[in-house]
Amino acid sequence: MLDYLLYFIYNVIGDIMLCQNCKRNDASAHLKRIMGGEAVEIHLCRQCASALGVGDVVAGFFPFGDFPSFSADVIKISEKTLRCETCGFSFEDIARTGMPGCPECYGVFSKKLRPLIGKIHGRAVFEGKAPLTHREEMRKEQVINALREKLDEAIMQENFELAAVIRDEIKALSLMED
Amino acid sequence: MSDTQKGNNSVYTDVILSSRVRLARNISGVPFPVRLNTLQKQKINLSIVNALSSSSFGFRAVDMSSIYPYEAVSLAERHLISPGFASNTAGKVLVLSEDERISIMLGDRDHIRIQGFADGASPMEAYRLAAETDEIIASQLKYAFDEKLGFLNQNPKDLGTGMVPSVMMHLPALSRTGEMAKFSLTAGKLGFRIRGSYGDGASSKGDIFRISNYITMGLTEETAIENLKSLSLQLATKERAAAEEFVKDITVKDRINRSAGLLKNAVLLSCDEMMELLSWVRLGSLYGVLDCDPDLISRLFVSMQPATINVLAGGKLTSSGRDEIRAVTVKQIFGE
Repeated sequence: MLDYLLYFIYNVIGDIMLCQNCKRNDASAHLKRIMGGEAVEIHLCRQCASALGVGDVVAGFFPFGDFPSFSADVIKISEKTLRCETCGFSFEDIARTGMPGCPECYGVFSKKLRPLIGKIHGRAVFEGKAPLTHREEMRKEQVINALREKLDEAIMQENFELAAVIRDEIKALSLMED
Repeated sequence: MSDTQKGNNSVYTDVILSSRVRLARNISGVPFPVRLNTLQKQKINLSIVNALSSSSFGFRAVDMSSIYPYEAVSLAERHLISPGFASNTAGKVLVLSEDERISIMLGDRDHIRIQGFADGASPMEAYRLAAETDEIIASQLKYAFDEKLGFLNQNPKDLGTGMVPSVMMHLPALSRTGEMAKFSLTAGKLGFRIRGSYGDGASSKGDIFRISNYITMGLTEETAIENLKSLSLQLATKERAAAEEFVKDITVKDRINRSAGLLKNAVLLSCDEMMELLSWVRLGSLYGVLDCDPDLISRLFVSMQPATINVLAGGKLTSSGRDEIRAVTVKQIFGE
């Protein structure tokens, strides 16, 4: 039982450490496990701490019967959770906070987010003004598509000289996109 | 109809004090500010400030953590920032144009919140300022955007155009005849929100309300602004009709004149009391009960807020010190 004697300090050194489990979020739960007189420190973010069943502890000394024993630095969360690569959020995190962690979450969890977005906006889609970069990309795409049609035409007519010129133009435009 | 209404019937400046348009934007591939630490926020803020440096608006950046809390609150009282932006200021930057008609909040809920301001019922003019700023940033940084969902902002409610246009209205007659609650309900069903500009929720000090259009999907920016304008003009017409009747009441006339008397003679004047008295006096000045400039009164609503008095006085005053300055300033204006 002594082996499982843990204590937590929340938000003491907030921004400084990364979670040892997901290595993405800032560690906000700092726990010490006392083993044979030696203290081992483990730093977890709120999400990982909660996934490991230690999220609700505030402070002080608490015995945990069912806490998984960790021999290595990294603790594996047993269930495989889909996480956004940009911010490390899972869908559960979004459901808990009511907000995605980054713009990319909308793509990663698009299927699961659809009912929520539908509840707010109905079936309506965006009809406003697209941002400048996007408008330029769309214009470029239109130009490339038109050039591709011309290229096909040139090949059909066996005008390979023209086809080569058009091909280079498309190449140049595509490179600009990157 | 009083003199002040003549000639500007169409713009309704007697009822509609100012217009504002807010655009929420985020940078592609970067977690929302709530998921960033201060250092990461500062890095993003810097890239946005740099993008804005080439504009002709004469922008200046204010690190919110470097100013006194009362200075931050004063910015909120002057409606240049949201009240939430004045607290937890680490990693927050405010960018202001020289004429203060454009303000950009960085590092709040979204990476970028652009606000354009205009006098009277001119939300389209406010939008023009915000949209121009938007284009400057978009020409140098890639926004998080999806063709169907629009701008990918932290709150799913802000998807789509990410735009909230609003107007600030002085509605003493509708408010005091108990009509506002009814309008709030109807407007709410249509996607609008009516809230007290000062004070919390439905109650409003000084009978000043903000009417916002929260519909961001399925319509263009121009349509959303037109819809807001048409609702606010309807409301303004109703306020005028209600006010014409309201001021005929002798008890209302009494309240207006008593309010002017207090403003002229008070030695200490709390902010709440001033808001109440100014609202009566502004109503009276619009409908010929009193002779004073309603626009001057509108400006007092803002310039005599607590933190703004602190800023004017160049430091933190006690509550009674502020009440004294407020009474003296107001007396100078109404005393003549």
